[in-house]
Parts: sequence; C-alpha cells; structure tokens
Amino acid sequence: MNVRVGPWSVRLAPRALLVSVILVAIGFAVTVAALSTGEFTVPVPDIISAIFGQGPPVAELIVGKLRAPRVVTGLLVGAAFGLSGAIFQSLTRNPLGSPDFIGFTAGASTGGILAVVAGGSAMTIAGGALAGCVVTAVLVYALAYRGGVQGYRLVLVGIGANALLLAVNSYLLTRANINDAANAGAWLTGSLSGRGWDHAVPVALALLVLLPLCAFIARPMRMMEMGDDAAKAMGIKVEAVRAVAVTAGVLLAGVATAAAGPVVFVALAAPQLARRLTRSPGVTLASSALMGAVLLTAADLAAQRVLAPTQLPVGVLTAAIGGTYLVLLLRKDRH
Amino acid sequence: MDCRLSGTGLTLAYDQRVVATGLNVTIPDESFTVIIGPNACGKSTLLRALARMLKPKSGAVHLDGDVITSLPSKEVARRLGLLPQSSIVPDGITVADLVARGRYPHQKLMRQWSKADEAAVSEAMRATDVAELADRIVDELSGGQRQRVWLAMALAQETPILLLDEPTTFLDISHQIEVLDLCADLHEQGRTMVAVLHDLNQACRYATHLIVMRGGAIVAEGDPTEIVTSELVREVFELRCEIIQDPQSGTPLIVPEARRRVPASS
Repeated sequence: MNVRVGPWSVRLAPRALLVSVILVAIGFAVTVAALSTGEFTVPVPDIISAIFGQGPPVAELIVGKLRAPRVVTGLLVGAAFGLSGAIFQSLTRNPLGSPDFIGFTAGASTGGILAVVAGGSAMTIAGGALAGCVVTAVLVYALAYRGGVQGYRLVLVGIGANALLLAVNSYLLTRANINDAANAGAWLTGSLSGRGWDHAVPVALALLVLLPLCAFIARPMRMMEMGDDAAKAMGIKVEAVRAVAVTAGVLLAGVATAAAGPVVFVALAAPQLARRLTRSPGVTLASSALMGAVLLTAADLAAQRVLAPTQLPVGVLTAAIGGTYLVLLLRKDRH
Repeated sequence: MDCRLSGTGLTLAYDQRVVATGLNVTIPDESFTVIIGPNACGKSTLLRALARMLKPKSGAVHLDGDVITSLPSKEVARRLGLLPQSSIVPDGITVADLVARGRYPHQKLMRQWSKADEAAVSEAMRATDVAELADRIVDELSGGQRQRVWLAMALAQETPILLLDEPTTFLDISHQIEVLDLCADLHEQGRTMVAVLHDLNQACRYATHLIVMRGGAIVAEGDPTEIVTSELVREVFELRCEIIQDPQSGTPLIVPEARRRVPASS
C-alpha cells in the first residue's frame, strides 16, 4: 500500500499496520487494567481524574505513585527489549542473535550483581547493569571481529560469552552473603515490582533518542538482511549502519536491564511473534517494539494477579507466556 | 575506446593475502564483457573491486572519470549494479517485494515509492519474465526462477552498467542458457554487462569482449574469435584442446583432447 502526499510517499504493508493498531489497542487495555485492578480497585473514571491530580487522594496515591510508574516502566522496558532483539536478530540474520542469548543481558547481570554485592543503591545497580552490558558487547564484538563481523561468528562468540558469564554470576552469588544473594537473586529474575518514575525516566530518554535513529536505519537494515554485498551494491554504507545499529541495540538492552533486571525472552520472542503476525519478510523494528511492550506489561499484569496475593517476578511469566505463544505460532508455520 | 568503468594499477588483497598486483583493466562501453580463468585466478576479486565491494590496496577504480570510492555510494548505485554470487532471500518475501528492493538507490526516507519506481519494477519483471510469479514466495521457486528474480531486482535498479558474479553457478544447463540469453538481450538494449563465468564455451559465445586471467594477471583480452586459441587455453587452463567453430553461433568452441575414442562403427 502506498501513501502519496505531494512529492512524499511512504510504503506501508496493510497487515503490518493492522497488527500495530491491534497491539496498541491491547497495550492500552492492559494499561487500563493494570491501573484499575488489584487489591484496591480504582474505577476507570477515577484513573483519569487521578492522573490529572483531581481524584480521591487514595486513588491518586495508588495510581500515580504505585501503579502508573510500574506499568509505564513495563511498557518502556518491553519496547526497548523488543527493539534491541529485533536489531540483533536482523544484524545476525538469526533469531538466536538476541541480546539475551549472546551474553549482553548476562553481562548486564554481572554488573548488576557486583553492584548489589557492593551494597549499591538502586541507581548504582542500574549503572552497573548498563556498564556490564556495554563492556560485554564491546568484548564480544571485538572477539568476533575479523575484518568485519559476521552474524554467525557474533552468535557463536556471544553464546560462549553467555555461558561464561552465567557461570560467573552463579559464582558471585555463592560468594555473596545471604542477604545480598537473596536481593541479587530477586533482581536476576527480572521484576517490575516497586519500580518508580526514576526507573522509567532513563528508559524513556534512551527511547526518545534511539527511536528516531532506529527509524532512520530500519530500511538499510532490511536491505542488509540480503547480505552485505547486495546491500553495498544498493549504495548502503554497511559498516556505518551496522555500527549505529549495534550501539542502539546495546544501549537499549542495557537501559532495559538496568531498569527491570534481565527479563528473559522478550528480546527473543517479540520480534519473532511480530514477524509471524505481520507476515512481513525479515525483522520489523516498529512492530517488534510494540510487541515487546505488550508482552511485558501483559506478563506483569498476570504475574501480579494470577496467583494473588502471591506476586511472581515478571521474568517467570514472560518465559511462560511468550514461550507458549511462540511454540503455537511455530507449529502453524509453513516452513 | 570510450570507457566509463576502468581500473588502473590495482593491487587486490583479502587481509594480507595478495590476489593480484598492478592490474589495468578497461570495460568497453556497451560491451558484454566476460571475465574468465581457472579457479582462484582472481576473476571474482577483480569484479568485486570494479563493483567497489573490495577496496584496492593500491591503484583505483574509476567510474565516469571519478575515483569510485570518492563518489557518494548511493550515486554509484544509480549508475552501476551488481548481482553478487550469493544473496540471502529474506524469509517469506514475495517476488514483487524483492524486485521492488532494487529501487532503494532511487528512494529517500520520505519518498519511498514514486511512479517511476512502479514503472521500473514492472518493466524489470517483464524483461526477466517473472511478472506472473509476482505474488509467489521467492523461497518456493526453482533455482532458475530465483536467479531471474535476482536479475529483475538488479534491473529495477536501472543502472547503465551491470556486473554479474558467476550468475550461472548452481543452475542446470537449460537455466544457464536462459540466464545468459537474458543477459545478451539486456546487452542488446544498450547496457554494459560484465560477468564472471566458468564455462569457456559459453564465454566465447556470449562475450563481445573477453578478459582471460591467470594467477592474478590478465593474460589476454579482446574479441573471443580473435584471441581464443588452443595455445591460450593450454597456457591458461593447462588443457590440451582443439578449437573448432561453434556450429550454432560461429564463435570458438573448445574441444578438450580425448584420452579414448569410441571404436568407429563399421
């Protein structure tokens, strides 16, 4: 489908557009449900007045201070993981190229655990996670580099780094004192519980900068899925696009892990789910981000409500929901 | 002799492994140039250098008088197209969508699909005879059909010069001829075609200009009927042979020496 306005024209796939609209609708519904339901039900009209600071004080406290930061963090972190996963799966031309498989998320965990053990504040833990992610990415990239980085080499080196870092993480937990180990363990499953605006803001800022950048490199990245030579022949500066994409992908995975811990599976599953639903060739960045946001907030809602009053960490649910859905979709695949 | 594309003093290398030194090459305008030679003679490397896929260690490739790497990459892509040896078919892409990707160098972020794009894509699909496959999934096509689709993508790019890296490899004989006939048609319509081929007989039949390489050097170049001799074939390919006239095209036909004959029937 082509949209032409004067000299401008944009190509849109109707199905991808429809899927995006549906994902936004589901995201909205999940957000409303997350704000409204729980131990203390806030009726929907009260949510709106609470957001604008005119509702009953109790609703204002619950929505504004407790539920809204959590759900917003969930949406942003989910989008960041989805986008990061899409970027790396596209670059490596491999679903296993997700940041949670090639060591980036594990590296962020190592940084986070070290910060927990050092008795750091929430801010230090976030900083440690981001630093761990970036350092791991640089090392994996450098080790895989051989006059350019090939997708499968990045995946293989990354899987090696992942295994090593998971071992390091386990070792750090056994060496830590019991309280630190428990705290680090909770953080390691990935959780949105107790997230405030100070968790949401860094992710929001990162997305604000990186989303336009991603929009800019989305088309060249799609061409690069046909191979470097094919893309270069079309006039694409492959190495430059790849450098920008890797930077954006690492930062997104880093800030997302910093905010919510290493939530597994969103980065792997969101792009694959989005691709199958939109039936578009290759990985699509926009729908992967939307899918990530919906997947994480829906999983978090389920984690809070399904076994209430027991609260599960969201990481447990993302794996369960995303995994089940992905297996169902794969069964329907023609290939 | 006019030539838009040429290389002077090219030293070509992958990392530290030098493939060729001091190569000078010119591609005559509106020729169907075929580069040929034994395995590892540097023919694909030379093509890749001409297509700016490989940066020469020294020397330079010129396009329309400018050093090719000094021109904006997208600008080059509107003048010179390349069909790489192997490209990856994106999962689940249709023929029409893949061919449309050839329009990338003519598009911008805010001008993604003009009427010229549409015309170029339908013309490319018509020329390569893939129009009726437009809605088919590329993965599900036969090898010959798929190669025609890749060619259609390169055609949609609408470049006056088109380079092809072993376009017939992995195809059976009928599809090889089909692809080469298509290339000959494109050449007749006024395009400059440059192809790396393996089969010497096919090269002689289709090339208007033949470049013969061995060990990273150009051994002979020119009209195949003038330069292809049994001495040249023996020197370049280490093959004893007899050259006869191709009964179909009148071009040289290489007949390798036989070690045994079928007994003559009485």
